[in-house]
Amino acid sequence: MAELLKSNRRDFLKIAGTAAGGLFIGFYWSGCDSPKMQVLTDEEVLSQAHNFNSFLSISPSGDVVIYSPNPELGQNIKTSFPMVVAEELDADWEKVRVFQAHLDNDKFDRQVTGGSGAMPHSWERLRNAGATAKFLLVSAAAAQLDVDASELTTEKGQVIHSKSGKKIPYGDLVTDASKLDVPEEVPLKNYKDFKIIGTPVKNVDNKAMFTGQPIYGLDIYREGMVQAMIQRPPFGMKIKSVDDSEARKIADITDVVTFNNNVAVVGDSTWPLMKAKKLLKIDYEPDGNVESTEDHDRLFQDLMEKGKAQVMRQDGNVDQAFGNAAKVVTAEYQCPFLSHSPMEPMNFFAHVKGDKVELVGPTQTPDRARMETAQLLDIPTENISMELTRLGGGFGRRLRADFVVEAVELSKILDKPVKVTWSREDDMTGGAYRPAVRYKFQAALDDSGKMIGYKLRGVGINAGNTTRENNFPSGSVDNLLIESINHNSPITTNAWRAPITNFLAYAEQSFLDEVALEAGKDPVSFRLELMDRAKKDPVGEIHYDIDRMKGVVEMAAEKSNWGKDSNVMQGFSVYFSHRSYVAQVANIEMEDSQPVLKKITAVTDCGIVVNPTGANQQVRGGIVDGMGHAMFTNMTFANGLPNQKNFDTYRLIRMKEVPEIDVHFVDNGIDPTGLGEPALPPTGGAIANAIFKATGRRLRSQPFIEQKEFSDIKLEIKRA
Amino acid sequence: MANYSLKINGETFNVDVEEDTPLLWVLRDHLGLVGTKYSCGIAQCGACTVHLNGEATFSCTLPVSSVGSDEVTTIEGLSKEGDHPVQKAWNEVDVAQCGYCQAGQIMTASALLKKNPSPSMAEIEDAMNRNLCRCGTYHKIREAVALAAKTK
Ligand code: FES
Ligand code: FES
Repeated sequence: MAELLKSNRRDFLKIAGTAAGGLFIGFYWSGCDSPKMQVLTDEEVLSQAHNFNSFLSISPSGDVVIYSPNPELGQNIKTSFPMVVAEELDADWEKVRVFQAHLDNDKFDRQVTGGSGAMPHSWERLRNAGATAKFLLVSAAAAQLDVDASELTTEKGQVIHSKSGKKIPYGDLVTDASKLDVPEEVPLKNYKDFKIIGTPVKNVDNKAMFTGQPIYGLDIYREGMVQAMIQRPPFGMKIKSVDDSEARKIADITDVVTFNNNVAVVGDSTWPLMKAKKLLKIDYEPDGNVESTEDHDRLFQDLMEKGKAQVMRQDGNVDQAFGNAAKVVTAEYQCPFLSHSPMEPMNFFAHVKGDKVELVGPTQTPDRARMETAQLLDIPTENISMELTRLGGGFGRRLRADFVVEAVELSKILDKPVKVTWSREDDMTGGAYRPAVRYKFQAALDDSGKMIGYKLRGVGINAGNTTRENNFPSGSVDNLLIESINHNSPITTNAWRAPITNFLAYAEQSFLDEVALEAGKDPVSFRLELMDRAKKDPVGEIHYDIDRMKGVVEMAAEKSNWGKDSNVMQGFSVYFSHRSYVAQVANIEMEDSQPVLKKITAVTDCGIVVNPTGANQQVRGGIVDGMGHAMFTNMTFANGLPNQKNFDTYRLIRMKEVPEIDVHFVDNGIDPTGLGEPALPPTGGAIANAIFKATGRRLRSQPFIEQKEFSDIKLEIKRA
Repeated sequence: MANYSLKINGETFNVDVEEDTPLLWVLRDHLGLVGTKYSCGIAQCGACTVHLNGEATFSCTLPVSSVGSDEVTTIEGLSKEGDHPVQKAWNEVDVAQCGYCQAGQIMTASALLKKNPSPSMAEIEDAMNRNLCRCGTYHKIREAVALAAKTK
């Protein structure tokens, strides 16, 4: 049975004639081995195609053009969005060409990459886009064949009349179909009938990426463009004086400009800029707190002991519960600042021409960047065009607009088109980190080992609310107090893949492991008991779906063979974030009489899996990310500057350190709930818990490698 | 400034640059070969990997003055149609996330397979460990190198 859904009329304002051209980044690669057909160029297809809606045009040649509006940074949205449109259209995927749409608030909404929200947000709209076009094509076919539409079916880009055996390709119908009225409602498929969704469709940019095409922001070179690099101040400092005489001596340096506490060197190519920037002599003076890691250590301690906290959630009476407890478990956890460090450092192209601006580059929030540009220059947003390149990673760093706005400012000053490139050192020292946090947990147990009280106090530096107060185990404990304290610092922070939960989950899932063991219970049974409690007799509000959470816990225990093999020391973790549920089990085994992390099993409930290859990689990538940063990466500060400035001291995980990762998904037909982030949070806890199981030592600080508890863990895994 | 005549992807290019200019920036800024990527600039990540006489080499720390008459191959010159066995395997395994590191990964992998056509997993890891992937596609890279070794 097909479901009926209201179509979004805004998508179907008919644009008569053919699609507008324009410059798009997109490549067609039919696969190296497939026989060459008569293939039209992208320009030919675009000039002939009829627009059905914001997402979709079809040309008489049968080529289907699908626009993907959201910034692509490796979450694979540029492949999975079009898959959803093509599914409801019943398109032949071989004839689909995908183009990156640029910022266009009239055609699209939420052109953002963040919060794992693109697919959940656009799911219905994308389906309607495909289904409505299909409806129109079928109507056109019914008229052509003079039959009732109910006698027609669709498959792989054709309308089929099985009674007569007639088949009409979509290309032959588009001219008629594009003249028809758009229906209010169209039927959508049952998910069991999906043919494209749920199949491993290859990344549409493979050829471009694997042959070195200019698709990233740093690859932008425009006529008349100059290049620039900027020396930004340490946090809490301002410029006192600038001596640029040595820098100006570098051949090719055309200008040195001081603006807005920044010093920009300007020239035609990158290497002279790098050299000149190093020769700048800038004196800074304090302009607020100039902080170092020792200051933060002191601050954390003070605030944890006597800071005034904001109460985020309170259930029952914790004082009473802890007064009556047979046992109290207390532990503190901490996580450092981290840089996002996408492989492509920050950069942007800006060209201010009078009251018009052209912007090109990699951003996760094109709309915000445009708005901040409009504010800066006091011009309407319509005057600003924003072209999206592919992003060489983002991890939240590109949600800020700082790197766009400074390019705009510089272009205005220079009165030239400019590309600003951040060196790796600029990228790492230039701000917007994952905040540093500390947590203090306390649990009160009664005689039977039941958790009757739970307290969490989080302290963060520019972290906002350090807790997720309505997340598990809230709802399962009678007496609960969750508090948060924030310290404002000049060190800038920003959402970092799975904000807050990327460290909170590690701390909480490690602590629950401690409590389970103190209560004499198996860590999985302990969690399931709490969930049963929350289900039967919920305490206060519950913002997670207990059945879905239990589902992944039980499946992970089964898939990982939890507790069945005494040679394998296992750690468990489960977390709900960004609408999805992920449970993980880390396996440690002995190798050359040293413990080594061999395997992580992950079970994910993110609803319908659109593209299994992409989804699998989101989970594995999230785990590698969570694992690498939990184990290796640290960022400390001295006098307002990070001590780690490049990958020699800022250690990222490498191939040899990555264990086998076994990925499973729950198949439940629920609409997609997001996958860019949810696999990351559980990983640190699963690993720390497995290490405790193997060594009896609890890792309460990240990065693990800097803790003595971790010293005899083997890092490189032997591979057969 | 000095003039250098470079052999890149089977062609000869003349550039006039400072002698300490890393090959990476000659490729990107002066020759428009932007497939070779910048990420760290200090020989730590492998994004800038090219072949120098067939050897995987970090171009970000290689001064143009030291290239001489050595043959340089970049990702753009690895194959004419993007159909080098390693590129095909990369497509088959659908390796990339953001893709930014992948040109460098492909160059390291293709240099390895030229020297050692059937590497063991340990040998694949020894060769590939010098290339970072911030997105964490390491499993697929391993799988794709093994596939390329099998299929070519
Ligand atoms: S850019 Fe050359 S190794 Fe990182
Ligand atoms: S795919 Fe993004 S850095 Fe490797």
